Amino acid sequence: MAAETEGLSASRGGAGFGGHRLGALRLFGGKAKRGETSAKRVQFTSRFLPYLFLAPQLAIIFIFFYWPSVQAIQSSFYLEDPFGFGSTFVGLSNYTDVLKSGEYRGIARFTAIFTALVTFFALSIGLLLAVKADGVIRGNAAYKTLLIWVYAIAPPVAGLIGMMFFDQHIGPIVEIARWFGWDIKVGLDFGDTAFAMTVVSVWKQIPYNFIFFLSGLQGIPVSVREAAAIDCRSGLRRFWTIILPLLAPTAFFLLIINITYALFDTFGVIDVMVKDKAANNPITLVYKVYMDGFRGNDLGGSSAQSVILMVIVFVLTIFQFRFIERRVHYN
Amino acid sequence: MIRKALLASVTFAFSATTSLAATNITWWHGMAGRNGEVINEVAQKFNESQSACVLTPVSKGTYEEALASGIAAFRSGEQPNILQVFDAGAATIINAKGAIIPAEDLITKAGYGFDRGAFIDGVRYFYADSDGKFVGMPFNSSAPIMYINDEALKKAGVEAPKTWEEFEAIAPKLKDAGYIPLIQSQLTWQFTENFFSRNNIQFATNNNGYDSVVDTKLKVTDPKLQMMFEKLKAWKDEGYFAFYGAGWADNQKVFEEGKAAFWIGSSGSFGGLQKTATMPFSATFLPYWGSIEGAGTNSFIGGAALFAMSGKSDEENKCVADFFQFLTSPEIQYFYHKSTGYVAITKAAHELAEEDGYYREKPVAVVGIKQLLLPAGEWSKGYRLGFYPQIREIMEREYGRIFAGETTVKDALETIEREGNELLARFAKTAG
Repeated sequence: MAAETEGLSASRGGAGFGGHRLGALRLFGGKAKRGETSAKRVQFTSRFLPYLFLAPQLAIIFIFFYWPSVQAIQSSFYLEDPFGFGSTFVGLSNYTDVLKSGEYRGIARFTAIFTALVTFFALSIGLLLAVKADGVIRGNAAYKTLLIWVYAIAPPVAGLIGMMFFDQHIGPIVEIARWFGWDIKVGLDFGDTAFAMTVVSVWKQIPYNFIFFLSGLQGIPVSVREAAAIDCRSGLRRFWTIILPLLAPTAFFLLIINITYALFDTFGVIDVMVKDKAANNPITLVYKVYMDGFRGNDLGGSSAQSVILMVIVFVLTIFQFRFIERRVHYN
Repeated sequence: MIRKALLASVTFAFSATTSLAATNITWWHGMAGRNGEVINEVAQKFNESQSACVLTPVSKGTYEEALASGIAAFRSGEQPNILQVFDAGAATIINAKGAIIPAEDLITKAGYGFDRGAFIDGVRYFYADSDGKFVGMPFNSSAPIMYINDEALKKAGVEAPKTWEEFEAIAPKLKDAGYIPLIQSQLTWQFTENFFSRNNIQFATNNNGYDSVVDTKLKVTDPKLQMMFEKLKAWKDEGYFAFYGAGWADNQKVFEEGKAAFWIGSSGSFGGLQKTATMPFSATFLPYWGSIEGAGTNSFIGGAALFAMSGKSDEENKCVADFFQFLTSPEIQYFYHKSTGYVAITKAAHELAEEDGYYREKPVAVVGIKQLLLPAGEWSKGYRLGFYPQIREIMEREYGRIFAGETTVKDALETIEREGNELLARFAKTAG
């Protein structure tokens, strides 16, 4: 989330040089422009003024992110009655209980597979569409708008629409699958529900990736493309050797965003799909936190799970920045 | 334009001050659809009946969400005056002694008399403490009953069964007539909790959990429960039973469309079903096993109760007491009973409905009450188990696996017992 806001504020500064409409969304504008911005650096009259401007943002991060995190860590060491009358310190037993549970490990396994699938398909389909849209000359605005507008749909609504497609009684996708002899039973069969969840989650995320990839593609200078076209006739090879490396910063950013999306933001889709009754359907770790904490009123156990999630995300982010980002060239 | 806005704000300010004279109380509930509308109608009737209090009902989504919102609100000191809590959450709220004022204390403190004997037997214990004092005010009380597709029975030439043995005998005929013989809507409530009570079998140690939270253990590996689910699985394989997942409505829909012969629903489904069913229907008791000795006892009360939350002023508590008093009046009970299908909880309301000829006109409406009024057995009074919403989730998961063919009935019940007992032990620690 933080990266997104950062991106938007960065785009405001760079809106002038984009040259094309979607250029405003460009994230990694390139270091060439940095010199320009530093030349125009605003001099504050007071040393404290910049901090004053930063204060609202810092306050929001502190109140809505750090403070709850600290509370979650704290209550993960306690067993607490739901109404908050008393709590007992239990040390690490909330963690050991969770990690010993075979059920929890099963959910973790599903979450990992689900995240990998959603990230892979959302990124690759988004990229494919962006490359194709980039090539369209006539009527490209209508084409792009049609691809982008899905992003404006809220996750629960996307879940609802997806659910209707996969409805046991009236779903059109279920009807089509039946012709091929596949009886899709969302809500009954683990694999079928997992399939439906993945499809809806990918579908929901494609436009987002599309927007960024498209603006990334349009940010590649025409001169580079022309030079490449002179050197190499194969469009596919040009894509792999020239376009894709130049898209790497965008792709890296999207990779992080998509993993976070699959881990957390698919909550709405899952909630609508399992209709409030998870039963034997697949769920992700964050849904399990919700079920135990908000439905089951087990605050200690639920907090321990959310701390585990926090650690996973932390490790993942460090890994990405240390090992993947090294191979990304921003210029 | 500006003048209009100014005028509007002035009139708004005036209307706000006039309603300030009355005491405002709020009521959070977990009802939707027709049942949610009826709650608004009940509140409106209360507000029109007197001028001292203004009651505002707020829907918080489902039962589970209502309980979660109530708890979260209590922790931040923003709790409503009245919170509706469903059967499975009873242990959670009744064990939180400082969060609620027992309904009986509230009512007697407000100067009203309280007669426990005025309530029908089936509702008297589930929301009461061990001395029989009413902690929650029973509100929407329901029983799992069997709805009957009259057309299907006529076509197949069979009678509605009383026992599962009788059902087994007629199921092939219903199937041949082109119907799904049996569907249900909630395996936990209808085929587990009420299986134990209808067949008079112990559900959990410590007197089904009523006596103490310490060392309470589930007894769901009971061979008779195993037999019930093995039968359901066998019926499903033979096409006598169909399962559409843990969602209530997905299953009910098939009955509404007239595709199934029998549907185990709630007595509270009647109000909605009258509008949605596409065929004539009737209802009878939830079947039991003739082969189980002592079976055929009453079912315990389902649905939800209203709890008065603590930390409120005396005036507001007085208003809550007034409302509870209003709610139990025969006229309101009869109105609620008629509009929703939930059971009338007082004997007087039941008699009023009888005198009015309502049951002659709508015989389905009396089935739930009659089932609650059947002779009680040692184990027919329900349960009080902590973290029970989570235990139900485990059951839903394992039952789903049974019907998806991923596990056997025996393994599923063993898993439920093991994981359920772990949760009960955890609850004992939090409550202790």
